[in-house]
This record gives sequence, structure tokens and C-alpha cells, in this order.
Amino acid sequence: MTIDPASLELKVGFEIHQQLATRSKLFCSCSCEEAQKYDRSFVRKLRPTQSELGAYDPAAMFEFSKMRTVEYHTAFGSSCLVEADEEPPHDVSKEALETALIFSLALHSKVMDEVHIMRKLVIDGSNTTGFQRTMLVASGGYLDVAGKRVGVQSICLEEDAAKLIGDDKGIRKFGLDRLGVPLVEIALEPVTGKPDEIMQVALTLGRLLRASKRVARGLGSIRQDVNVSVQNGAVVEVKGVQQLDQLVKIIEHEMQRQHGLIVIAEKLKERKVDVSKVGERIEDVTDILGKAQSKIVKKILDGGGLFRAIRVPGFAAMIGFEPYPDIRIGKELGKLVRFYDLDGVFHSDELPNYGITQQQVAAVMSRLQASGNDAFVIVGGPEDKAKFASDAIVRRLQAAINGVPAETRAATPDGKTVFLRPRPGPARMYPETDIPTIPATDSMRKALADKVPRSWDEIVDSLAKKYNLNKKLASQIFDSDYLGVFEEIAGMTKVRPTFVASKLTEDITSLQRQGLDVSVLTDGIIKDIFAKLDAGAIAKESVNIIFEKMMKNEAKTVDEAIKAAGASSIGDEELDKGLDRIIDDNMAVVKEKGMSALSTLMGRAMAEYRGKSDGQKINAMIKDKLQKLVK
Amino acid sequence: MAKQDSGGYRGAALRLLAKQGVSVGDSVRIATEDGEMSGVLMPRYESASEDYISIKLKSGYNTGILVGRIKSITKLQKSERAKAAKASEITESEGRPKIALISTGGTIASKIDYRTGGVHAALSASELYSSVPELANHASIDPEVLLSEYSENLKPEHWTMIADKVAEKVKNGKYRGVIVSHGTDTMHYTAAALSFALQGLPIPVVLVGAQRSSDRPSSDAALNLLWATVFAAKSKYAGVFVAMHADASDDAIACHVGTRVRKNHTSRRDAFESIDATPVALVRNNVVEMQKSEIKLAKRSENNLVAKTKFDDRVALLKYYPGFDPRLIDHTAKAGYRAIILEGTGLGHVSKECFPALKKAVDAGIMVFMTSQCIWGRVRMTVYDTGRDLLDIGLIPLSDMISETATVKAMWALANSDDAKKVMQENLANEISASIPL
Ligand SMILES: [Zn+2]
Repeated sequence: MTIDPASLELKVGFEIHQQLATRSKLFCSCSCEEAQKYDRSFVRKLRPTQSELGAYDPAAMFEFSKMRTVEYHTAFGSSCLVEADEEPPHDVSKEALETALIFSLALHSKVMDEVHIMRKLVIDGSNTTGFQRTMLVASGGYLDVAGKRVGVQSICLEEDAAKLIGDDKGIRKFGLDRLGVPLVEIALEPVTGKPDEIMQVALTLGRLLRASKRVARGLGSIRQDVNVSVQNGAVVEVKGVQQLDQLVKIIEHEMQRQHGLIVIAEKLKERKVDVSKVGERIEDVTDILGKAQSKIVKKILDGGGLFRAIRVPGFAAMIGFEPYPDIRIGKELGKLVRFYDLDGVFHSDELPNYGITQQQVAAVMSRLQASGNDAFVIVGGPEDKAKFASDAIVRRLQAAINGVPAETRAATPDGKTVFLRPRPGPARMYPETDIPTIPATDSMRKALADKVPRSWDEIVDSLAKKYNLNKKLASQIFDSDYLGVFEEIAGMTKVRPTFVASKLTEDITSLQRQGLDVSVLTDGIIKDIFAKLDAGAIAKESVNIIFEKMMKNEAKTVDEAIKAAGASSIGDEELDKGLDRIIDDNMAVVKEKGMSALSTLMGRAMAEYRGKSDGQKINAMIKDKLQKLVK
Repeated sequence: MAKQDSGGYRGAALRLLAKQGVSVGDSVRIATEDGEMSGVLMPRYESASEDYISIKLKSGYNTGILVGRIKSITKLQKSERAKAAKASEITESEGRPKIALISTGGTIASKIDYRTGGVHAALSASELYSSVPELANHASIDPEVLLSEYSENLKPEHWTMIADKVAEKVKNGKYRGVIVSHGTDTMHYTAAALSFALQGLPIPVVLVGAQRSSDRPSSDAALNLLWATVFAAKSKYAGVFVAMHADASDDAIACHVGTRVRKNHTSRRDAFESIDATPVALVRNNVVEMQKSEIKLAKRSENNLVAKTKFDDRVALLKYYPGFDPRLIDHTAKAGYRAIILEGTGLGHVSKECFPALKKAVDAGIMVFMTSQCIWGRVRMTVYDTGRDLLDIGLIPLSDMISETATVKAMWALANSDDAKKVMQENLANEISASIPL
């Protein structure tokens, strides 16, 4: 079943979070570099501030009820007392604010007269303070994408969160190196269209930001939250989309999932299911399941857990019903309980299974006084968590009649989405009183006007002209993570820019597609390789081989890779002798074919000298030798 | 608009708001050259520029609009009082120990009004319990607001007020302990003051504060208050203590003896340290872990309270430094001070240029005491010539008494004894260490 996005009224809003390449963090002088290893750690417990407890916010209440211990890891140079929340924040980084203002000007957005720093509550531990510092820099404006004008909602400057480095149930671990790295958040007005047209919007915005040369590059430096909705559905927020090719898949998946949920809702309505009756009856069924030959059941019981069964009237065959492959309410419930650190959830449509027998199913049905039209859901775990989870399951099943619930989902690397948490209420913000407000004066704006980046097209054209690249290659190198290093190499060596650009784009991309680790190719390593090529120490053909050796972790340094590949260049004299030997060995062919023996000889020579000498040079030398012989 | 609800606005901004009849909390629509913005009018901090009007937008962000660019302000809706969050009902169980909580300033618990961004102290018992619900497991808290001052504004007369209030609670007899919540900047001065003013305490009196304000989820206030309460309820020992984070983690709090503690960091949670001693106790997970210590603590109910709560503030604390002008001593003497605490170098020295001024002061009947700016360690004025000369002039060494503690003690001694010089050299409340552990 394929879906037409237009008939569903697909709407997608983007919120782009782009890390800036500033010399220091947003509120202190620490470096934005990622830490290689951590030296120290401390633990904290966050608690919601009082007024939060007054309002019913299931996510916050649950997080609090877990009273999670958060363990923070610090590294010298990349975090200080500020990140540890042991010192008040310093003044906002001028460089970061300037960059946010430049983006605002580039997007024709209206800069605030006075910028106020706010605290946005986040109590999942990703901020040591319990809030994220953020400021609204500009609002309104637009971005032109392939003839369409996309509205800008707001441009904010904020601090990045700490990096999750581990989550053993009960203890969440974060690295503080990323905390406080400046991020510009740009929210766009929702757009309609086909998923790949929508992707163009994100691509265009990303290019505009990169054109400023003021943003960080590489994996994780740009993250996209995507709000997806279809007709008659609520807005679903998908967090953490890191790559554009993932984006199209995610939009398609969400479209299908949301439409699937609407189809299920229609069926429930046809059946006249009264969802208010869901969860009217919840029973402890630990004794019934206790006899099951199920690993999951055993594990939960061994951990002192119990099982609660929820009666779901009228839902028989609906929890497992799949309007699209793999899209069913049952799967949503499975992810929902993960939020409560549980993994034991079963529903009647999938039973008997998992070591739970037909007799046990019947026993649960009778305990719940359920009829043939009814379904049930069983959730197992420690008492308090099972209670929270069963409340959440009841709410989710009740919401099924409305189709798509508003929630926050996480993007998976394969382009799907999973439930992350209930959608938070309106952002809870209050002023960050430790930092004075910042006036954004007209003179400040005027001074930045000439720093507004040129358009992507202009930049690509000038790149193409400057380095004599074709436009495709110029755009590829611009979109890649290697523009900076490319320009350095082009300035530093005599290697042809076209060659450098194609190695840094097509070749690296194809190695990456083979699943190799691209992160080992640092700018330093890349420069080293091309410097060696420039000096004649390696041949052109070796570049790719060295990339591969390093990405496969078969070599730690460029020199090791050269050795491992046997790629060190040989001298002209040695090559000359070697080619003479090859011709001697194949004299019969030469005599028989004359000049046409070239291809045979070339094959033999390349087998021996690939990566040690330049192919064109070998070709020329053999040709020369042949001509002399044949004459 | 009345002065008291100007919301911090002054000048042109205030005139504009007054003209339109708009006050803080009202929903407004503001038109400027670039279009319109709607939001709730926010208060302005007194120190902020008077050229802007602050509003909270629907997105939750605050922003400032230049008054000069405003074409019109329209009031959309009058300020609505935020509905107060229902305080959770705590059923008080008779079994729990009663603890008196005296608050003097600083907010150990607070509420945030997300609509206006305002932070309010949460000081009633029910507010405290809903802020730190676990408190109810350990004690039945009896709160009372005595003062509402930043601790840098506290004076010796406030120490008297606090001491009298604590004495009242102690004499009441029903409390297992007293907690004094206090701004951290001068908490150690107040701790020393209470240590001298309230000798023979039969129960623990615990000062507690927060280095991170309680309006943030990461505040140290809750843990400090919680474990301070556990210490007040469970400690076998009596006396005056300061209870604050033991390190950067939300794990243990350290209990310091009131005369041996100092704020040694501007901002860290573990800013308070015991000088020349280890903290007498750590409290974590509801358990009081007494530490090995040279300090002799009185047992609960071992003594009877002797309250002498007066202070004489005619005491000066002078820190010596290279280039120190001896005339500062002359001025101090002339200004009517009765005692000078010198913070000398090393083992207790000042330059020989100060000798004549010191001699003049001593001869005029002013007591001059020597402490060390090294913070850690004892003064010993018989080791070098300078020290011996100073002793000859009549300076009185104060062993390893912390200079701040010495200043407070001198104020107390002058107000409560005819022989302050003698009292200063006696160990009354562990302010002098018999031996300092390695
Ligand atoms: Zn830092």
C-alpha cells in the first residue's frame, strides 16, 4: 500500500540544531573539542522545582519518582566548574552570539532588541543544572528553497546538552565535554510536499549554515528534530535525526505509521469501542504467570517483580492488527514500557507464546472477567514501575481511538521512529538571572551585515572557478565534511585539486558505504597523506589504499598504512629496471604482438607496482620501451 | 501606577506603561515598526537598562523591546493570579522527632511561577514538605521565619536575635534539634557567634544553606536540609554545627564544628571546610557517620544551656600585607575600637614598621590579638625575632583560632566578660585545637 502525501495532508516542521565552531563554549572558556578520555566523575540527583510538582506532568513525575542518580564525567580542558554547576555561567560568548545574529540576518529574521537568557527545564540529567540555557535571538524571516518560500519561526542560541555515555538501569552517565557547546536552533514553519521535497528544505538550510564557515562539521554536529503530522492526527516530534538520507525514510515511516494508527482508530470506531472502559479492571496475575515456562517471566519474578493484567474491552485482535507491516498498537506498547525501564509486556493477540500457555491465557481472561471481544495487556516488573507503566498503557490504549497521540519519538539509524516519552507540556522557562540581558544594537547588526554568508550557489561557483573543479565536484566537496582540509591541501601542495576533491568525496563515501569507520580520517591524517603524495613518497593509486587500511583499523598511522599496503614509492631507476625485466620475461608476446603487447605488459607491471608508482608514468615508460624494441 | 508595582520599570518605560494602564502580569500586544508581538509584561530587574520593556512570549521566551520603537501597547487581558499548586497534605505522625527550623534568609526552598518567572521563598511547613517530600520521613518540622536577609547584611545584632530565638526553642524542651537556614556568605561567622553565645547546648543546632539557589533542579539545598535534619534528629552529640555538601556529589554532607569552619570557595557546593580538623560527621542515606576527630563534643543533654547573647562590635579585623601602612592601626585605635585581630603572616608576624603603632595601641588599652593569614595551622611567636618583639609589645597570640572566629569571639568576650584578654585565650567551643592531625 503506497500513500500519497498530498491526500494525507502531510506537514513537516523542522527544528535544526547546529553546533557552532566557536573557540570556546557558550558560557565559559572551555574548548568545544570532544574529550578523548575522562579523568574525574561526580554524582548528582536532580529534583523538579516545586511548581512542577503542582502541575500534572507524567514525564516529569516519573523521572522524579525514579530519583535517578546521574553520574557526570569530566575531562581537563573540555569542562570546568561551570559545566559541573559549581560556578555561575560567564558572559555569553561574543563569537557565538555574533554567529547567531549573522544567521538571523541571512534568514531575513527580525533580531530582538534585547536578548534575554532563559532557563528551560530539563530534568533527564543531560544538564547538570537541571535546565538548558537558551535565548531567543530573532523571529520571523524566510528561506527560499527551489522557488518556494519557507517561513522561519525563530532563531535561538542555546547550550548543547551533556553526552549520554551510558545508562545502566538506575544510573545514567554523561560526559560533560559536549555540555555548553553553542548551538543555534532554527525552527521553520511546517511545510507540505513529498518527503524528498521536504528534505530539500533541510538540505538548503544546512548549506546556508555551512556557507558561513562558522559551524561545526561531522557526525552529530547538526541534529534535526522533525515535527510530522497528517490530517486528523496530532503532531509527533521526532528527535535526533543526524543525517539527511535518514530524514526521507523517517518522514515516510511516520506517514505510514500515523496513517496506520488512524486506520486502527477508524476500526475501533466502527466497532463502537468505549475506550473509557479500558483499565476499569486491572488484576494482579503474578500467581497465574508464575507457572509459565517463560524466560522473561522468570527474570521478572526473580527480580521480585509482579504482573498486572489490564482488561481492554472491545480490542480483541486490534492490539496485534497491522494496517502496514510492523505497525501495530502492540509494538507501541512495547516501546512505551521501555520508558519505565520495563521490558515485560504481553498482549492477548500474541498469546499463547513466549512460554505462556493457552490455559494461562484462559485463566487471565477469567480473572479479568473478559469476554471474547476483549483483549488484555500484561505488564511485569517491580511494583511501582509496573503501576506507572500500566497507567501509561491505559492512557495509550484510550488514545488509540483518536489515532495519533502527540508524543516525542526518537529516530533510529535505519530510518524508523520509536516512542521516547510523552510530549512535554509547554516549555517551562524562567529567566537565567545570573547573566544580564544583552542589547542587540543597530550598530552591532550593521557591523555584521558584510559577514552574512553568500548563497550556496555562489559559493559552489566560486569554488569551482578557484580550483578548476566541475560544479558537481565543487558541490560535493562543499557538502562534505572535508571542505576545510581540501582548501588547505589545495593551497599547500601541487596535487591537482580535482584529484584531491574526488578522493575526499567519492572515494571516502564509497569506503563509508562499505561500513568502514570514517572518523579515523582526521584532517591531520588526510593532510599527511597528500603531503606524501606531493613529495612523491607515494603514488596516486595509494591514496585510496591508505584510506582503506586506516579505516579498517589495520594501521594506526599513515606510515604504518603505507608499510602495510606495500605502497612506498619506488625510485625511477628501480622502476626502469623492473619494467625491463617484465618486458624480458614477456619477450614472446612482444615479438608476436608488437605495440599491442602494451596492455599485457601494463597488466603485469601494475600487478607489481600498483600503489608504488604512478600508473600513467608506468604506461608512458613501457610505451617508450616498446617503441624502441619494435622499431 | 503605584510605586510598589512599577515592576522595576523606570524612566520612559515606566511612563509609557503608566499611560497605557498596563502593569506586570498583563497580557499585551505591542506594535513596533517591524510588526507586532504579544506576550505577558514581565518585571524588570532594577539594575537592567530602563530603555526596554520585557515581555514573555507564548513560546516561553522573554525578550526586551526598545521603548523608542514602540508605537502602541494594547492590554489584552488583566493579570491572572497563578493558581497556587496545592500543597501536599502531610499527615504528621507523632512518632517523628520534632525539629525547629529558623530561617534567617537565603531560600532553602522556593517555588517558581513559570508565568512570570518569579521566584518565591517556600517557607511554611507544607511548602517545605512539598519541596522536599522526604523531610517528612525523618522529622516533624516546625518552621519559623526570623529574618529575611542576605547574609552579607547580617550584623552582630542579628546574631543576638538568632541566638535568642535558638535559646527559646532549646528551652521549649520539645525539640530534638534546631536548624538555622542561613545565606552562605557569612554562615561561618554566625556559627561561631552561636557557639560562644549558646554554651552548654543540650541539643544540636545545625546551620544549613545552599550554594546553588533552590529555584533550580540541581540545588544543593534539598540534600543539605535533608541530611542536616537527619543529623539534628539522630546525632548523639550537641553543639553548633554547619552542615553542607562534603564534595561535588549529591551524596554526603559534612558536619563541621561551628568555630572550626570556613567558607573556602566562592561557588562550589563543598565550599565549607573544617580548618585544622576533619568534619566531625558525614551524613548520607539517613545515616550519621561520626568521623575520627581530635575535637571533643558534648553529648546530648550532658550540659545546661548558658545563653549570653550580647556582642560588642568594636572589634576590627586587619589583614597584614607587604606595604601595610601602620597608620591603619592608628586610625583603628583612634576610631574607638576596643580590640584588633591581626591576620599576620606565617607564624604570626607583621613588619617592624608596625611596632610603634602597635605599641601605641596596646598602651592605649586596646587588645591586639594575632592570628595567621595562612588559614591552616597555629601561630607561634617565639620562633623568630619578630614574633618575640611583638610579644614584648603586648600582642596576644591566638593559637590556631581562625581569624574570623577570633573576631566574633572578641566581640562576644568584650560584651560578656570583664577579662576579655583571658577569655580569648581559653578554649570555650573548640575554637582552639589541642593537637592538629597530620
Ligand atoms: Zn567550562
